[in-house]
Amino acid sequence: MGNSAQASPGSPDVDFAQVQESEEFKDLRKSHRSFVFPVALGFLLWYFAYVLLAAYAHDFMSIKVWGSINIGLVMGLLQFVTTFGITTWYVHYANSRMDPKAAKIRTRLESQISAGSATEGV
Amino acid sequence: MNATSVLQHLAAADKSLGEQTKDTSWINILIFVLFVGVTMVVVFRASRNNKTAADYYAAGRSFSGGQNGTAIAGDYLSAASFLGITGAIAINGYDGFLYSIGFLVAWLVALLLVAELLRNTGKFTMADVLSFRLKQRPVRIAAATTTLVVCFFYLLAQMAGAGGLVSLLLGLDNGNKTGQGIVIAVVGVLMIVYVLIGGMKGTTWVQIIKACLLVVGAAIMTVIVLAMNGFNLSTLMDAAVQTSINEGGAGAALLNPGAAYGKAPLDFVSLALALVLGTAALPHVLMRFYTVPTAKEARKSVVWAIWLIGIFYIFTLVLGYGAGALIGKTAILAAPGGVNAAAPLLAFVIGGPILLGFISAVAFATILAVVAGLTITAAASFAHDIYSNVIVKGEPKPEMEVKVARRTVVVIGIVAIAGGILANGQNIAFLVALAFAIAASANLPTILFSLFWKKFTTQGALWSMYGGLASAIILIAFSPVVSGSEKAMIPGASFDWFPLANPGIVSIPLAFFLGWLGTVLDKNTENPQVQAEMEVRSLTGVGAEKAVEH
Repeated sequence: MGNSAQASPGSPDVDFAQVQESEEFKDLRKSHRSFVFPVALGFLLWYFAYVLLAAYAHDFMSIKVWGSINIGLVMGLLQFVTTFGITTWYVHYANSRMDPKAAKIRTRLESQISAGSATEGV
Repeated sequence: MNATSVLQHLAAADKSLGEQTKDTSWINILIFVLFVGVTMVVVFRASRNNKTAADYYAAGRSFSGGQNGTAIAGDYLSAASFLGITGAIAINGYDGFLYSIGFLVAWLVALLLVAELLRNTGKFTMADVLSFRLKQRPVRIAAATTTLVVCFFYLLAQMAGAGGLVSLLLGLDNGNKTGQGIVIAVVGVLMIVYVLIGGMKGTTWVQIIKACLLVVGAAIMTVIVLAMNGFNLSTLMDAAVQTSINEGGAGAALLNPGAAYGKAPLDFVSLALALVLGTAALPHVLMRFYTVPTAKEARKSVVWAIWLIGIFYIFTLVLGYGAGALIGKTAILAAPGGVNAAAPLLAFVIGGPILLGFISAVAFATILAVVAGLTITAAASFAHDIYSNVIVKGEPKPEMEVKVARRTVVVIGIVAIAGGILANGQNIAFLVALAFAIAASANLPTILFSLFWKKFTTQGALWSMYGGLASAIILIAFSPVVSGSEKAMIPGASFDWFPLANPGIVSIPLAFFLGWLGTVLDKNTENPQVQAEMEVRSLTGVGAEKAVEH
């Protein structure tokens, strides 16, 4: 195989292109991408909105909200809150919506691979 | 407020704070020696099972998500994070806080787009993933080159920082370059020993121990500072403003944005871009995902890391304003170590010599743990990517790859010591920001394209990686950091035609564009079968590297 970097490259027992085209896999890919792409776009926009305000809108960010706490600090701390929130949300989503689908495909393919290598061994 | 003024009188009594801390520097050394002793024992015990390459580079993939997440925090929270951010908040107020937000939010890129997919498709290095479905040799060489360059700048920053830290922690004078040089050499030798003996397993344990000490130390200080201010952040900030007014400083402006970047907002936007996109492309961070058995554990690692790092940065906010309130800008800048002295001085003021000793030892441990992580990453990249896959073309003799990696560790250690001594006194924050900008430009586009864009080709990867690397370095060379002013690296010269201190805002979009352009202009296409395999593997974990059984 000439490439030590890959664990089981081009496993002859599995037609990966066929798996890639299967409805089951397309569904898994859709679950993944329909979550991570919009959420990534969302948090990046929110982060850059904050960065641009902090860089260019000093007066707005300096408005006091409570005691000496100003909008800038509140928005900064909200970045922490959204980061923690998205993390928790993603873990929940991945555990319930992605992992079962991935496990199903993985188990099927792994049994194909081991069945294949068993026949080769004979 | 009483506590504040009493402490200030105490400090001003006969000696400056910096001088008072010198009297007790033996405590710092003692606690540091204790840390080295304990970690050495742990590293030796961890080294027993270091047999194969998977043991040496990836700790047998046997760490749990929680352990690895703690180690990631230990790897990521460098001295620049702890001392640098606390100091920046103490001096510049709000603008110091901006740094920590970029450093934290960046982890979402790693969590959502990179960590699990990388764990499922790679083996030891970043280049494993990038070269998976493209032409092995050229892509591997490019990825190893960017890995080594990023590690080099990051390592240089840490080693140079060690010199400055020492002035404060061991009571050496700022001008004592020989003493600082010796300490840089000691840090380098310890790092070589850790990595040589312990491999990834030893390095990971050093990082876990350090992360726990760092978070606990910062938590203790945070609780004390908050208790002195009635557990009210607003009161604390008022105290910092009051101290600033008393010494004729910025006063209330400390709480508003603008103190550091008010005159160069675009510089800040460029830095913010590099920070948020750089983290998920730092090779030493990526390599940590291979130390867990499954993608699910890789996900857990990032979750742990995000919570630990986020909570830690909230502590630094309190510590920064605490240092501003209890010590003040003038005293901090006058102390040996300058801005970096804020956190240790605060420890001394609120907890006496013992807390100072503890925090100082933690700061040293921080440098050690980070340089160890960088060294093993660079060594793995050289041995696995360049030696095994390019020089001997994928057929190394058994055990040879690890042997090459170990020799590389020694070479890197020596280069780091020499570079650290030469770079001593250079602007550390600039070196770290440069490492982030290079990682975001040279690595991130290719990582994302090869994971998510089916048509991506070898030419696109090469254009993006080399183009991103070259543009980042060239723009830095012609930036105001290198020439054009008295504060620049080369004060006499002036070839600073690029106006920004950070190249990210130009080099990162350029690298994404080059990746796209190289692909659409490429006459060759890649093997769709391998692309299919990579995509199926990345999402399902089929054929992913398993944990080593011992």
